[in-house]
Amino acid sequence: MDWTALGLSLRLALATVAILLPLAFLLARWLAYGRFKGRGFVEALVALPLILPPTVIGFYLLIAFSQQSPLGSFFQSLLGRPLAFSFEGLVLASVLVNLPFAVQPMQNALAAIPANLRDAARCCGLAPRSVVRRIELPLALPGIATAAVLTFAHTLGEFGVVLMVGGSIPGETRTIAIAIYDRVQAFDDHSAGVMALVLLVLSLVALGITNTLARRMARHD
Amino acid sequence: MSHRSRPLTRPAAITRRVLVIAAILGAGLLITAARARAAEPDTDSSAPLVAAASDLKFALDEILARFRDATGIAARIAYGSSGTFARQIMRGAPYEVFLSADEQFVHELHAQGLTRDTGHLYAIGRIVLFAPTGSPLAPDPRMDDLARRVASGELRRFAIANPEHAPYGRAAEQALRARGLWSALQPRLVLGENVAQAAQFASGGDTEGGLIAYSLALSPELRRRGTFALIPDSMHAPLRQRMVLLQGATPAAERLYEYLRSPPSREILARYGFVLPAE
Repeated sequence: MDWTALGLSLRLALATVAILLPLAFLLARWLAYGRFKGRGFVEALVALPLILPPTVIGFYLLIAFSQQSPLGSFFQSLLGRPLAFSFEGLVLASVLVNLPFAVQPMQNALAAIPANLRDAARCCGLAPRSVVRRIELPLALPGIATAAVLTFAHTLGEFGVVLMVGGSIPGETRTIAIAIYDRVQAFDDHSAGVMALVLLVLSLVALGITNTLARRMARHD
Repeated sequence: MSHRSRPLTRPAAITRRVLVIAAILGAGLLITAARARAAEPDTDSSAPLVAAASDLKFALDEILARFRDATGIAARIAYGSSGTFARQIMRGAPYEVFLSADEQFVHELHAQGLTRDTGHLYAIGRIVLFAPTGSPLAPDPRMDDLARRVASGELRRFAIANPEHAPYGRAAEQALRARGLWSALQPRLVLGENVAQAAQFASGGDTEGGLIAYSLALSPELRRRGTFALIPDSMHAPLRQRMVLLQGATPAAERLYEYLRSPPSREILARYGFVLPAE
């Protein structure tokens, strides 16, 4: 059992949720309530990581992370080391890959709030910010929680993108999914089995929570 | 609480309970991980970071354990294919010591100014024909039985490392070409990302065998899983394995590099079937 790898995965998952959730909420709100041309296109962009092979995402990220690219050189000057093969690089990759897992549940939850409820709140004199705080956030809470749990669980399980942009550096980019792969190659089936079981249980718990929340959400309508 | 908001708060309260449970579970996990982290020595991010060809897996694990006993320094190690590591180092991966299975990669990195010097030739690798227990294949140095089974169509799957970036894959391809088996075997090849994965494929029982590193075949894990025959080194270009200190190597990494050239390390390498170049 590689505890360092599990710890790293948990830290990565928490960082991803913390960074992604606020951004994704704004995006989800825009997609749920905004009336603009090209919404279908933006929705398709958000959903892309669901369809794209991790190698395609990994390939583009590697190019974006290289010291020749603006993003890569910016982080190089900020961190003093390259973005590729670093924990920070993994967080960035993970935020991107998890976009649909965070945006879609929140968008659905926000869209499910009856329009007349938001209108009524506004008629009663609630400021737009209060509408978000007192109507949208509480009613979309199951969606937000689902987004958090899905993002967390999916980050723990991410493999392909991490392998391509992270390598397998202990304590830096060797996540638990990569550690399992390494252990299998080292003929250490026992450790691989223990870690696989940990991921299996975590994923099951996450999906259990998500489903419970989804049922709560359905009861709203 | 105002009358208006009451119908909204009940489902939200249940949701909150689920969230609290999730948070407790998450916190418990984090604490477990943090504790375990503190208990493990090789999580220290100042420990020398080593990238090593995967044929070294078992030998180097032993050497690093001895090094830790002798110096108290626990190295962080990643095993993989030498070509993949070379590309990662070119893209800025922060490794400090690189043990390549093919010296060409070290020379390329040196030409780009990424290494301290031209490094040190630490071993010459050999390949073996491996057949897992239960396979009809009987390994012999001339690969005669392999040729027979390829000709009769009995052989369904055969594992080697990917010749495009794994030195042992290249050596395997050269040996198969030298024996005139390459084109007949090609549709049946299973390619490992590195030679350790090839060894895993060759020994798992889903293939009839494979060409893998002698050093891996000599490990207890693989000895239990099948039989092998050493391929004559005249059948492939020598696997000249070179190691090097990369730019940015710390003093701890320098000590490890010295240790890798010391008699105890050489003795372990020899035990794992590596041919040692003269000092």
